[in-house]
Amino acid sequence: MYDVLIIGCGVVGAAVAREFSKYNISLAVLEAQNDVAMGQTKANSAIIHAGYDPETGTKMAKLNVFGNELTAKLCKKLNVSFKRIGSLVVAFDEYDQMHVNNLFSRGSANGIKDLEIWSREKCLKEEPALSNKVKCALYAPSAGIINPWEYALALAQTAVKNGADIYFDSFVTSIKKEQEYFKVSVLNGSSYYAKYIINAAGVHSDEIASMVSDNAVKIVPTKGEYYLLDKSQGTLVNHIIFQCPTEKGKGVLVAPTIHGNLIVGPNAEYTKNKNDTSTSASGLDYVAKMALKSVPDINFKDNIRNFSGVRANTLDEDFIIGESNTVKGFFNLAGIKSPGLTAAAAIAKEIVQICSQSGVVLERKDNFINERKVVSLKSLTADEKNKLISSDPKFGRVICRCETVTEGEIIAALSGVLPAHTVDGVKRRTNAGMGRCQGGFCSSRIVEIISSQLGIDPCEVLQDAQGSVILTKRTKSGDTV
Amino acid sequence: MRHYQLAIIGAGPAGLAAAVKAYENGVKKILVIERDKILGGILNQCIHNGFGLHRFKQELTGPEYADRYIKMLNETSAEIQTDTMVLNITKERILSVISPLRGFENIKADAVILAMGCRERTRGAIRIPGSRPSGIFTAGTAQRYINIDGYMVGRRAVILGSGDIGLIMARRMTLEGAKVLACIEVMPYSSGLNRNIVQCLNDFDIPLYLSHTVIDIKGANRLEKVIAAKVDENRRPIKGTEMEFDCDTLLLSIGLIPENELTRACGIQIDFRTNGAYVYENMQTSCEGIFACGNVVHVHDLVDYVSEESEKAGEAAAKYILGDKTLNNKTIEIDAQGAVTYTVPQRMRCENIDKNLKVFFRVNKSIDKAKIIVSDYQKDIASFKKQYVVPGEMQNIILAKNQIENIRGDYITIRAEEIISE
Ligand SMILES: Cc1cc2nc3c(=O)[nH]c(=O)nc-3n(C[C@H](O)[C@H](O)[C@H](O)COP(=O)(O)OP(=O)(O)OC[C@H]3O[C@@H](n4cnc5c(N)ncnc54)[C@H](O)[C@@H]3O)c2cc1C
Repeated sequence: MYDVLIIGCGVVGAAVAREFSKYNISLAVLEAQNDVAMGQTKANSAIIHAGYDPETGTKMAKLNVFGNELTAKLCKKLNVSFKRIGSLVVAFDEYDQMHVNNLFSRGSANGIKDLEIWSREKCLKEEPALSNKVKCALYAPSAGIINPWEYALALAQTAVKNGADIYFDSFVTSIKKEQEYFKVSVLNGSSYYAKYIINAAGVHSDEIASMVSDNAVKIVPTKGEYYLLDKSQGTLVNHIIFQCPTEKGKGVLVAPTIHGNLIVGPNAEYTKNKNDTSTSASGLDYVAKMALKSVPDINFKDNIRNFSGVRANTLDEDFIIGESNTVKGFFNLAGIKSPGLTAAAAIAKEIVQICSQSGVVLERKDNFINERKVVSLKSLTADEKNKLISSDPKFGRVICRCETVTEGEIIAALSGVLPAHTVDGVKRRTNAGMGRCQGGFCSSRIVEIISSQLGIDPCEVLQDAQGSVILTKRTKSGDTV
Repeated sequence: MRHYQLAIIGAGPAGLAAAVKAYENGVKKILVIERDKILGGILNQCIHNGFGLHRFKQELTGPEYADRYIKMLNETSAEIQTDTMVLNITKERILSVISPLRGFENIKADAVILAMGCRERTRGAIRIPGSRPSGIFTAGTAQRYINIDGYMVGRRAVILGSGDIGLIMARRMTLEGAKVLACIEVMPYSSGLNRNIVQCLNDFDIPLYLSHTVIDIKGANRLEKVIAAKVDENRRPIKGTEMEFDCDTLLLSIGLIPENELTRACGIQIDFRTNGAYVYENMQTSCEGIFACGNVVHVHDLVDYVSEESEKAGEAAAKYILGDKTLNNKTIEIDAQGAVTYTVPQRMRCENIDKNLKVFFRVNKSIDKAKIIVSDYQKDIASFKKQYVVPGEMQNIILAKNQIENIRGDYITIRAEEIISE
């Protein structure tokens, strides 16, 4: 029996788990996938927004602005890649200019103190790659870029270090309220019991809510498609470049990523299938066309990957946060769309407070572990490198040449708290395979390392999710089609 | 800091040949750096034959071809450092390298030869839409899994791109018991060698769809389906021509890119047509004392030419190291025109040419009965007849020293024309 059971281990579930793990309660997270943050948290713009977009007075506005501040602190504590590079909302005509002015006022009302309106000259001086049609821009210095996946992992790892249990491959199929507690059944046959349930199931949060007959949540899954360009394009812009919304759509952004690539996207297309993260030629064409409006020199020939994510949009603009109206002890964190990544840490604080008001007894631990070490050879000085390599020569063997990731780092990712066990799991933890050759050279070496470290047959090594086998059989082993 | 006369980055066919030649020309303190644990580069996974016809007048497999050069290298005093990755080079020819055995260190060299080879273009480069399941490999990666690691990558495959590796892999997959459903090529012609079309596709009844491309990929976890369609002259898919292939594997053989990240970071001038360094007649790059050869300069289809080009680089590096620094004579640019898409070398200094200069180039369309014309302003200074030229095969011409000695301007042009017979 757990005190608190969280459904979903995206950034929100992970942040909530970490927040609860500060207290003396028993705590678990159920995650349908085989790793943390395989949903929205894996495929988004990776922006920590300043907070001028949400309507003043909404939960979203408050949690965005507060979340921005909390995220910066957490990333520092937990060694997560995050950079406050600032954002620009660029205006190209009078209509846009009005919008920029409105955002300035709204942002100030939301409590952002350091917003500025930049003149055309200032824009072009600070951001020479911008289209010369720019009229002015809203500058928000507190906006930043983050590694969203690493952030969620760090939050989840911290929760585990402080006693939380995380169960993977645990797709929740039913929730029954039995007297004083809930019985949660999982597709693999297991059941879990808990006094309180937190629904952090992202695009599936409406399905989870309806399991306890709470029909207040209705998700309108909305896809966003992206380009990720080579590092050769990564220095084209210095800030996150947003467009103003038009009657045709919300506009796409162009920004450097925390790894030094360039990200371009997203569009917004309704999709019936919540799990459909495919890209389409028309979607990608649209994204490219829109992006060139703000930054005309993007070289799409240097594209290294396309991807898409599905937003947990709802008809109501605001986040749905709080105890269910139908069932006591069941809490929704639903419709957590953008800026959900930014807000996650603040959402976690908010829900813990709501829970405590609703009767969850919270007593602080005095030995809360709140740190995380990562070894990245690239970031060490020459002497440090040599010290590390002499202690373990595997840190001298580069496996991923595009991103300079060593065997030592890969083996480290395959052990420890919440270790990787797939090729993409290694990629998300170390960046191996993220670069311009997209794993062309290193994936076979990584399969080999995973197979030997985990003691499994290479044919059992997965690319990513369940079922994503890479190798089918040994050669010369007989059976044919 | 360790010091060498010559450091060679990469021990594939290019690096091996360059090292042997530099040694033969008097350079004794050579360091060959290779990131793999063994020498030979990509040849190690090319277990099919067809290597060495020009060079050794014999049909060798890739590993056999490499072995010949490895044996020659072992006869020299060159030091070989495998399992070592070069992270950076500077114009002053200081290399930062890392290895399990020696850790991180800087090495100084009087001259450097870049022989890092190339990598494969990926799905992102041609922006294939669809889902992102496992089962999509670049052809070379699949080749490594099958030939080096000994594992099959799938049961039913479609090959996109008719480059040589893709063609070879169509045959390889078939021989290992997989069903290859189709080879799909976006251009109206194959970019592979004709002999590979015959021996790898036709002999196994694998259909080749020219002017087609993959327009969608389906499958949540492992690949389930590939949708292809015919394309128009602008390479845009034509509605209504879609074909579905039920397959668990898609191999991409859609081109190679010279791997020049080190080169770029060093500030060496790169030719956007080849994605390799601009080189002079002796394979020197825009940076004095730094030479380049093999697939890092431009993508070759025959290893024999890689060896030849690399020997030139080895010889030139030796000359440079041993004090012949009279290389800064008047530079003449070689300007590719019309159907000729690029040349290697891209520039030359006539005084440095002993007898003649071999110029490699590619064309962007097939021409039957072609004439390759070299001009100095309006005046044609040389012309060469070719039975045919095709985009899939690298071409070359040999300019005699006396043809290029008295060039008036600072560039010559090379173009290809069809011979129209009366
Ligand atoms: C295209 C796009 C761009 C975005 N850009 C930004 C941005 O730049 N900045 C920003 O702040 N926000 C952005 N967002 C929003 C942000 O990504 C999300 O708000 C945030 O990631 C939500 O986290 P989550 O944990 O709620 O959801 P998710 O990350 O989707 O996690 C939900 C988890 O629940 C699990 N789950 C679902 N059903 C079940 C079940 N039945 N049983 C067990 N587990 C289950 C899923 O497997 C998943 O792991 C963007 C979103 C998208 C899609």
